[in-house]
Amino acid sequence: MTTTPLDVRALREQFPVLSRQIDGQPLVYLDSANTSQKPLAVIEAMDSFLRTSYAPINRSAYRLAAEATDAYEGARSDVRRFINARRDHEVVFTKNATESLNLVVQTWARANMAAGDAVVLTHMEHHANIVPWQMLAAERGIEIRWVPLADDGQLDLTDLPRLLEGAKAFSFTAMSNVLGTITPVAELVRAAHAAGAVAIVDGCQYVPHNVTDVQAWDADFLSFSSHKMCGPSGIGVLWGREELLDAMPPFLGGGNMIADVRLDGFTTAPLPAKFEAGTPPITEAIGLGAAVRFLESLGMANVRRHEVEMAEHATRTLTERFGDDIQLHGPRNLEVRGATFSFGFRGIHPHDLSQVLDQRNVCVRAGHHCAKPLMRLLGVNATARASFYLYNDHDDVEVLAEALDSASDIFAF
Amino acid sequence: MPGLEDLYREIILDHHRNPRNRGDLPPPAAHAVGHNPLCGDEIDIYLAVEGDVVSDVKVGGQGCSISQSSASMMSQAVKGKPVAEVRALVRRFKGMMSIPDDDGNPIEPDTSVALGDLEALQGVVKFPVRIKCATLAWNTLLEALEQA
Repeated sequence: MTTTPLDVRALREQFPVLSRQIDGQPLVYLDSANTSQKPLAVIEAMDSFLRTSYAPINRSAYRLAAEATDAYEGARSDVRRFINARRDHEVVFTKNATESLNLVVQTWARANMAAGDAVVLTHMEHHANIVPWQMLAAERGIEIRWVPLADDGQLDLTDLPRLLEGAKAFSFTAMSNVLGTITPVAELVRAAHAAGAVAIVDGCQYVPHNVTDVQAWDADFLSFSSHKMCGPSGIGVLWGREELLDAMPPFLGGGNMIADVRLDGFTTAPLPAKFEAGTPPITEAIGLGAAVRFLESLGMANVRRHEVEMAEHATRTLTERFGDDIQLHGPRNLEVRGATFSFGFRGIHPHDLSQVLDQRNVCVRAGHHCAKPLMRLLGVNATARASFYLYNDHDDVEVLAEALDSASDIFAF
Repeated sequence: MPGLEDLYREIILDHHRNPRNRGDLPPPAAHAVGHNPLCGDEIDIYLAVEGDVVSDVKVGGQGCSISQSSASMMSQAVKGKPVAEVRALVRRFKGMMSIPDDDGNPIEPDTSVALGDLEALQGVVKFPVRIKCATLAWNTLLEALEQA
């Protein structure tokens, strides 16, 4: 695919917060794997919708409500196009990616898995793709099997066919929020289907940074969050195959998700309303739609290219400057990783490290990244994590490196 | 913004580099484990109580400089003290960290309770995110006291 470089200098001007200074110094925002900053396109779309078009959706006859409903459904179409799904109504709006995964476990898995049935997960999952399954396991006695990691931070797929034997579901991340590892999604989906298992993809870290094509993957479910892809928080997406979503029981009960309610029962609304009980995050959907169009205007292949270049530059700069004093976790091969780096530095605890980096307005995450099983496998309690996005440039890497140097001054042993 | 020198006082870094009373105690000593769910830090407090006196205390686990130095100073401060004095010290320390009492009221400093080196941790209050780091060992100590 041909790509063109992002004009990052111009892009940064689209993100008002990036021009903020604290203590007279610019902000170096390296926490986009946690949550991304918002461009004017999103801020203005939400502002304008609230000023001119806000109204209930799906339930009122007046023109303002029809306009709001069209805008909300327009956002759904934007998302469908962005992930190349077949039909708009396969796109369900949720609260966030965590809720999307819980929806799959609480509805699809509840309806399709009994005691003794197995789900396969990987050692690099976020808690959001572990705990919902453990909750079902505690309640119903399903078995959880784990795909281990190889030394280079990629999945060790040697035993995958055996792990998948007889399994009902394979639920895995497309990109690790800790290691940055991009998994071979199409290959994993094929392996799941060969074993008769449903393939559930956690795309929370992948979708904001890469071209996503659920049909090319042949996946069954995909979950992701708006707030990591330049959209607002408060809205996430579950995409699912129509026939699977149709066969699933509803998730939350209430308004909007019913066709009819009588004293002795109810029938569900068609997709996607069946899974959108109550008033949804309307303004947030408008914001997500704007975020999608913003990303499309850049081109996701161009975003990916920029991040590969950033990953290469950050790896080279930090390694040349600090040698063995910095431990970058995750794959070295840039083809199979995103620009998210967990690292250890000179034995300094990540909390202390992030505190010192904050003096230079360098924003990094410190902690277990909601992936405690993976942290235990890495043999650490916590790591610092610097994650780069489309608005980061080489200057950010330089300030990070300088700030790391000042941490050594304080914590020199 | 408050400077890092308010947080990383020399005595704190000293306890971080050379933590006191590291190790464990066999049963029947009490053992409590504290977690900081935000960062994954874990702390083990082992507590031997003879009569009304904390006769020995050991600290295990991993954490940042603030949680480790706080645990180290705490272990020095409570070893050999009557349980009632230990509880008063916990209250005084939590008050210094701006933690309210069980009813949500601010804790008035009881100046008859000496803080000693622990006063070095006062600067933590200026970094609210780190208060949980400083209090982790103390909350875990309370749990161990309940078991002892």
